[in-house]
Amino acid sequence: MDLIGNLWLGLQTSASLANLFYCFVGVFLGTAIGVLPGLGPTATIAMLLPVTFVLPPVSALIMLAGIYYGSQYGGSTTSILVNLPGEAASVVTTLDGYQMARKGRAGAALAASAIGSFFAGTVATLLIAAFGPPMANMALKFGPAEYFSLMVMGLAASIVLAQGSLLHAIGMVVLGLLLGLIGTDVTSGTQRYTFGIFELADGIGFVTVAMGMFGLGEIIRNLENEEDRSVVISKITSLWPTKEDWRRMMPSILRGTAIGSVLGILPGSGSILGSFAAYSIEKKVSKNGSQFGKGMIEGVAAPESANNAGAQTSFIPMLTLGIPSNPVSALMVGAMIIHGIQPGPSVISEQPALFWGIVVSMWIGNLMLIILNLPLIGMWVRMIMIPYQFLYPGILVFCAIGVFSLKNAEFDIYLMGLFGVLGYIFAKLGCEAAPMLLAFILGPLMEEYLRRAMLLSRGNPWVFLQRPISATLLVIAVLALCSVLIPSFSKTREEAFVEGAG
Amino acid sequence: MMIRSTKEFWAGLIYISFGSTAILVGRDYQMGTAFRMGPAYFPTILGGLLVVIGAISVIRSFIAVGAPIGRFAIQGLLLVSAAIFLFAFLVRGLGVALALPILVIISAYASTRFRWGPTLIMAVGLTVFCVLVFLEGLGIPLPVLGPWLGG
Repeated sequence: MDLIGNLWLGLQTSASLANLFYCFVGVFLGTAIGVLPGLGPTATIAMLLPVTFVLPPVSALIMLAGIYYGSQYGGSTTSILVNLPGEAASVVTTLDGYQMARKGRAGAALAASAIGSFFAGTVATLLIAAFGPPMANMALKFGPAEYFSLMVMGLAASIVLAQGSLLHAIGMVVLGLLLGLIGTDVTSGTQRYTFGIFELADGIGFVTVAMGMFGLGEIIRNLENEEDRSVVISKITSLWPTKEDWRRMMPSILRGTAIGSVLGILPGSGSILGSFAAYSIEKKVSKNGSQFGKGMIEGVAAPESANNAGAQTSFIPMLTLGIPSNPVSALMVGAMIIHGIQPGPSVISEQPALFWGIVVSMWIGNLMLIILNLPLIGMWVRMIMIPYQFLYPGILVFCAIGVFSLKNAEFDIYLMGLFGVLGYIFAKLGCEAAPMLLAFILGPLMEEYLRRAMLLSRGNPWVFLQRPISATLLVIAVLALCSVLIPSFSKTREEAFVEGAG
Repeated sequence: MMIRSTKEFWAGLIYISFGSTAILVGRDYQMGTAFRMGPAYFPTILGGLLVVIGAISVIRSFIAVGAPIGRFAIQGLLLVSAAIFLFAFLVRGLGVALALPILVIISAYASTRFRWGPTLIMAVGLTVFCVLVFLEGLGIPLPVLGPWLGG
């Protein structure tokens, strides 16, 4: 069968000694940043992007993907052991995970999280393998109108999935689109919004914005109140779950995987929403829902499976359509372009080794993660203890040198500083940066497709509704935005986030 | 009239200022038509949209009560951004060997738990690491000692 042949090709690519090594480096770094406070996958990948320029494209992408899904694993470890989520997607894990740890069952909680994540990762890998090629085939028939509508839908979804006020999510998206237009206009050659600054002619680099808003902005926010991390860590005794644990967590893992896989494909913070949704569903279907929050293994297994499944299926739009769905995949699109690969539906047919190599490496990476995270848990526990004041100056140094190395220009360091300040102010005002960043990278693309579509239709704006696929995508976008206005849905949306924050 | 939600108010003002800048500066570029869009077309639409969103946000700030903005980490904000800007300003002239420790020390000073001992060790360690890995290893064109020091 074709699928098996393709997976075999992927295995040959990803199991080469060099690629195994980069996959390991990726998941190792991923786990580390998941465990360390105040350093997320977006900032890390932005920092490491320049380093990957010297690698072959497959190795670079395998490593970058590994950082992302690896961080989901590491984030859960701190949730369970010290009640502090290392990543946003593992916020709900703190609810029952930490309670289990306090009852002396930290080992079982860690195992439930790792086993759930591994299962979810395996399923998600197969989903990418199964649905990637048909989706790419469909996308090959897309014209500019379809691409434009697809991006509108993606941005609409990221607005719906953003935390906080709907109005501000829309505002941040529009602002992001505008900032993305700074630089030389491709069609006319006009320099737009450069204010005579020579360095802006090429536009603002995506990495500069990501490092500023996610790296710097986050550091300043963490300095507001420096929490103590010296929480007493309960001794980890038995890692292996009991028979009773297995019986209880298996259905939760299955449900969590299903929910996470579906929500992960959605643009924006799909994997975060997946973990919230999985947790609340577990609470509803369980016979003793009132016991949740007091150390139920289901409350750890389901959200952990969901966020790992979501982290991986979020690569589907990027790998098959060439359209990033979150800041991390946007950085990977950037990496592809730098390596001379035009992201898009033709990647699968033109670079089969690259596509299948990445897909299979995700499964290998998951296997490495389970080994890294269970027997070596002691090492990560020690890493949790590193105080923040010894971490952030180092992060700043890597950000500054990393952003300089992109174009060998000090100007980018200034710009990163500016976006750091801006990011902090927006965070204080309750405006989320993730939708803005996504819009920032989509801005020039959207304008390009809008222009082409209008040129082909001779200036008739109805073209977006006359073509069936484009019309469907726009209808989905409108429905998604309207759904927030329905009182019951918006209540659930708020509750999901409040529950996470609490 | 009283501002009841400072968050809404300031966010709205930021949107309006970005949006109106986009429109005003965009007037220098060609507008074109819907058929053949000029460089000003898309940004002007977006700018208009952003001004409208900002206006709604400002109006809302007088009606809906919102949570206060909360304490600004002034010290962190100033020291961290100053450290970054200073690094950008100094790195070519002074070289990495001096600009980098300055970045580390100023930014570390922003922490309430700042202590000289560990910070100096960290500054030296990070500088040695960066010179070896980034300058020697990856060949990033920055001087170890800059021309201001005769390097």
